[in-house]
Amino acid sequence: MTAFFTVRNVFVAVLVVFLLALPVYTGLSGNSFLLTLFTRIIILAIAATSLNLIMGFGGMVSFGHAAYLGVGGYVVGILAYEGVSSGFLQWPLAIAISALFALIIGALSLRTRGVYFIMITLAFAQMIYYVGVSLNRYGADDGLTIQRRSQFAGLLDLSNRVVFYYVCLVLLLGTIYLVWRLINSRFGLVIRGARSNDRRMRSIGFPTFRYRLACFVIAGAMCGLAGALLANFTNFISPAMMHWTRSGDLIVMVVLGGMGSVFGPAIGAVALLVLEETLPLMIARLGYPLFGDLAVRAAEYWQIILGPLLLAVVLFARGGIYSLLPRGGRD
Amino acid sequence: MTEALLQIQGLSKHFGGVVASDDIMLDVAAGELHAVIGPNGAGKTTLIGQLTGEIAPQKGRIRFAGVDITDMPAWQRSMLGLARSFQITSLFPEFSVLDNVALAVQAHAGHSFRFWRDARSEPELREPARAALARVGMAGKADSIVSRLSHGEHRQIEIAMALATTPRMLLLDEPMAGLGPEESARMLALLRELKRQYTIVLIEHDMEAVFVLADRISVLVYGRVIATGAPEMIRANAQVRQAYLGEGDAAVLNHG
Repeated sequence: MTAFFTVRNVFVAVLVVFLLALPVYTGLSGNSFLLTLFTRIIILAIAATSLNLIMGFGGMVSFGHAAYLGVGGYVVGILAYEGVSSGFLQWPLAIAISALFALIIGALSLRTRGVYFIMITLAFAQMIYYVGVSLNRYGADDGLTIQRRSQFAGLLDLSNRVVFYYVCLVLLLGTIYLVWRLINSRFGLVIRGARSNDRRMRSIGFPTFRYRLACFVIAGAMCGLAGALLANFTNFISPAMMHWTRSGDLIVMVVLGGMGSVFGPAIGAVALLVLEETLPLMIARLGYPLFGDLAVRAAEYWQIILGPLLLAVVLFARGGIYSLLPRGGRD
Repeated sequence: MTEALLQIQGLSKHFGGVVASDDIMLDVAAGELHAVIGPNGAGKTTLIGQLTGEIAPQKGRIRFAGVDITDMPAWQRSMLGLARSFQITSLFPEFSVLDNVALAVQAHAGHSFRFWRDARSEPELREPARAALARVGMAGKADSIVSRLSHGEHRQIEIAMALATTPRMLLLDEPMAGLGPEESARMLALLRELKRQYTIVLIEHDMEAVFVLADRISVLVYGRVIATGAPEMIRANAQVRQAYLGEGDAAVLNHG
């Protein structure tokens, strides 16, 4: 029997309740910064969750996953610029075109393994990045401001921060649920089997390439949706959305939170971005009484703390934060 | 005479200057247990690799059940009913025993582009997998995680996975490798029972087992089949004895 009230389940439940209740708190306290921060966290958590599908469950370490954030974002931005602001058109197109990119990239890169796969996905992402840089009509290097957020025929007003937050949160929870269904389905078992032992999978009769490619495309599509959200969130698109360091951030979120666990990437996204925001403050505040202005300047180098923290997680908690929570029954 | 289930015609493969398969001719009739023996480096593993589709031969054809499978990828051969077990245990270590075998069932139960339903709750996958496990005497360990089991148990799961693909022929690559005396005896009993139902190609170092089980034996030396025949014929064959003398295995041939 699977126990229900395990530390993991309770932790996840608390996190979900916290995310659901956050706008109430920010509404009462007027702290809109917190709402903005968590909207960004949730959007990137969707991207990290999609990366985890191929990386954690499929063993495909893509170092170019931010490309789909960019593609999804650019689809929304370009359509908005050309006068198409209906979200009913923008979002499905963002997903479909991201999927198409993933299909092409996957069809070529999934023929390689290991380091080569990492490098070839990075190379493709860089290509798409430079395509973004060269799109003079759409702002090239400087990017493009989106005048109007996606319109949903008056059903949803995305310019309302709270509405937008909840849209993102529902999509995150939906994505996580989808991934959970996927990885336990026949399809998911093939993907996980191919990660574990591809040779054996082929010898028992699975044409694994097509399944891995399909998985790669699904992850790309999910990340494309995150891109559409990100463009709406910032009201802005630029090649920086898909810079390779962004791909690195997504990998860090997955590893930090827990590769191959359904909730891990969301936990990792929260942890990484909250640390990013709070570490400089903490250094300045805690250091000021001792070192004065030096501490304030040192706050700029908050990554000196983040780096070793990440190292510790990789060295001592292979399964990320999620694995540190005691499990009960099977996961 | 009916066509042999497996026909190997003029199979040749060399790696640089090393000849691993040299014009191999071999027929395996339906229902027989055909053992392939040979000293280390004789090309047994290369032969298995070519039969399963992991190594492409430079020359020659392989026909299975009347179909030319020479250029077929491994998974398609499995679809035709050619199942293999690996010499070095090759399982999904982090999965349960039942999951391992159920995957083999799933591979032969239609396509797997099914994204929603929990595959672990599908009786049409779990039941045949349990049956295959029962067959090899592993029914009691169905829910154990594979990585926590012993080598001997891994060997049994290897066989169960091959059986779960509803094969017409089993290619068993050294199923006795690394087994203790007790486990060997159990494996031998299992193979003897499987022999009644399946056509088997057995690659094995354990001469005793080979001479007990095999209907016919082919001897591979430097990539060539130097003799094929009934066990007693092989035992008496001068060429075979010479090939094994260098290794000191001739004694095995004598009393095995």
